[in-house]
Amino acid sequence: MADVPDAPLLEVRDLHVTFATPHGPVRAVDSLGFTVEAGRTLGIVGESGSGKSVTSLAVMGLHRGAEVGGSIALAGQELTGMSEKRLSRLRGRKMAMIFQDPLSSLHPYYTVGEQIAEHVRVHFKAGRAAARKRAVDMLGEVGIPEPARRAGEYPHQFSGGMRQRAMIAMALACEPDLLIADEPTTALDVTVQAQILELIARLQQERGLGVVMITHDLGVVARVAHEVLVMYGGRAAEQAGVDELFAGPAHPYTRGLLDSLPRLDDADDEPLRAIPGSPPSLLAPAPGCAFAPRCGLAAAGTPDQRGRCATERPELRPHGAGPHTAACHFAGAGTPASAPPARTAPPASPARTAPAAPPARTTPPATTTPEANR
Amino acid sequence: MTVEARPPDTTARAEGAAADPAPSGPLLSVRDLTMTFPGRRSASGRRGAPVRAVDGVSFDLAAGETLGLVGESGCGKSTTGRMLVRLLEPTSGSITFDGRDITRLSQRGLRPHRRHLQMVFQDPHSSLNPRQTVARIICDPLLVQGWSATDARRRAAELMDLVGLIPEQIDRYPHEFSGGQAQRIGIARSLATSPRLIVADEPVSALDVSVQAQIVNLMERLRRELGLAYVFIAHDLSVVKRVSDRVAVMYLGRIVEIGEKRALYESPQHPYTRALLSAVPLPDPAAERRRERIVLLGDPPSPAAPPPGCTFHPRCPKAQEVCRTERPLLRIAASREVACHFPGD
Repeated sequence: MADVPDAPLLEVRDLHVTFATPHGPVRAVDSLGFTVEAGRTLGIVGESGSGKSVTSLAVMGLHRGAEVGGSIALAGQELTGMSEKRLSRLRGRKMAMIFQDPLSSLHPYYTVGEQIAEHVRVHFKAGRAAARKRAVDMLGEVGIPEPARRAGEYPHQFSGGMRQRAMIAMALACEPDLLIADEPTTALDVTVQAQILELIARLQQERGLGVVMITHDLGVVARVAHEVLVMYGGRAAEQAGVDELFAGPAHPYTRGLLDSLPRLDDADDEPLRAIPGSPPSLLAPAPGCAFAPRCGLAAAGTPDQRGRCATERPELRPHGAGPHTAACHFAGAGTPASAPPARTAPPASPARTAPAAPPARTTPPATTTPEANR
Repeated sequence: MTVEARPPDTTARAEGAAADPAPSGPLLSVRDLTMTFPGRRSASGRRGAPVRAVDGVSFDLAAGETLGLVGESGCGKSTTGRMLVRLLEPTSGSITFDGRDITRLSQRGLRPHRRHLQMVFQDPHSSLNPRQTVARIICDPLLVQGWSATDARRRAAELMDLVGLIPEQIDRYPHEFSGGQAQRIGIARSLATSPRLIVADEPVSALDVSVQAQIVNLMERLRRELGLAYVFIAHDLSVVKRVSDRVAVMYLGRIVEIGEKRALYESPQHPYTRALLSAVPLPDPAAERRRERIVLLGDPPSPAAPPPGCTFHPRCPKAQEVCRTERPLLRIAASREVACHFPGD
């Protein structure tokens, strides 16, 4: 398992993930690429069906029955096509993952200490006593009080926040270089979320971990991420450093999301600028830009421009200075000052959730598709 | 309006409102509302200690006003909401709606009030019957109120238009709608009987971020157009700030701070409110780096074994000796009510 020197910790290129379903193949992730360096945090933001979780499972090699194409390289080592046996040696040892719901990721019949210790024994071939000691040490390190006693307890005896700490202890027990956190604080209260985010940041600093933080919460991204990848409909909509992204979002979807958020530092005197419609269905992807049916920029364009959004898929292109890319034919065309008012709901009548199809669109977005709700 | 026999502990305010039916009194008046659940039965069959989920909650709500109820899981905000619409029977305390004590009314006696008092739930798909069409879902409360089938159906179509759905889709089933649309159906159902108060329990938290703003805007518009009052229950402080006139912060079954929204968010007086607000991540990386955060230690304690004195004291950065022994009551501080021995910044 020789690491290639100078290779980034994680490099994903042209990733495709396709699931076979009774309704035909569904491409959950399409032409996705990103890099994570040691000591840095990449925030992946997206809504349900954006492909953010599928991406993380693909990196970990945990996608059951999906077809994965493209390249996933961990410290220069290619993971796609690797045998399950070799992958399982890397999982936990080189890369680890924590999930939204720690209770369903912990085994109810074993004590928390046993579960962490087993992990250590498998990867380090450590003896029982040494592994047990390591488990207790790790529980202490993630801020669980009385770790020796708590190691002997079962997951149901832990609170939500403590369970997530235990998951982090297990994930980091074998000192991986990469931690993938899939909505790790979504099920937690906001004061406990603050604790867990702080804990991950501290461990990252101490160990030089690379972190992929998957979330729907732009606030969490602003707090922890160095780089951000915004996903929509299985593809990258925008990629940028965290400051560039929040200061000058180039993709209309990113801008729309930021505009639609109620904020603590806002005067509340105008209606929120909602994005009309719902996230797209992956079963019937639009041939053009997945966001076009909901996009104010597309709606305000000339018929020619609208036609282009509806039929031609936009590729990621550089935007402004620095490593900032956006997948929009007209990115930057509507800077916030000159942004079309169409981003707001039409003033005359209440915005219908089934958006009235602009003339150039071929198929209306899936107004009848049940969406996965959190 | 006739005065009915009511429990002797009814407050003076309710008496006054009942004696004088002028709409000057609050629309909803809640006094000392308490809910105690029996302890969970363990494997050995023995019951645990009873859980006081809501412990003496009092507030008033004027017609057309929105009160935001915020707090973390287990603070009793949803239990409070369910008691307000009588989905749960309060252990003690009183709920006065429009001058009438409805705390102990029978289901039958409650029926004339029900049409003014409706609820919107968190998960639109699980709160709509999957085997009923939208028409049936929206018409049901009207049929209960004695409407004819044709009138109810016409009204349902109007309501769909009002909440931004396409009336032609009236014979579809809930699964044919997206999450945001399904929540619109839930809202249309709650509006069917022209209520004056809607208790909305986390109405946007199950929705995608890009859809939440649509529903928030819809609820604000309906409030303006229909003069609705809301009790808006949510854990998301940004959403609550957006929709509320006044906000009540709950911790372990009690209101710890209640007051005008702007004042409460700009200068929170209770240490818990301060910690809660500072924990919310702002979608602004520069502000996030500048910010000073109060990170609370530990988790909220279990309502089955609340700490003595101020229930917040084990996590409170300002706790003194008196906080460990004496329970602070709501008192006026900086133009609002705060339950803290040492309020202020």
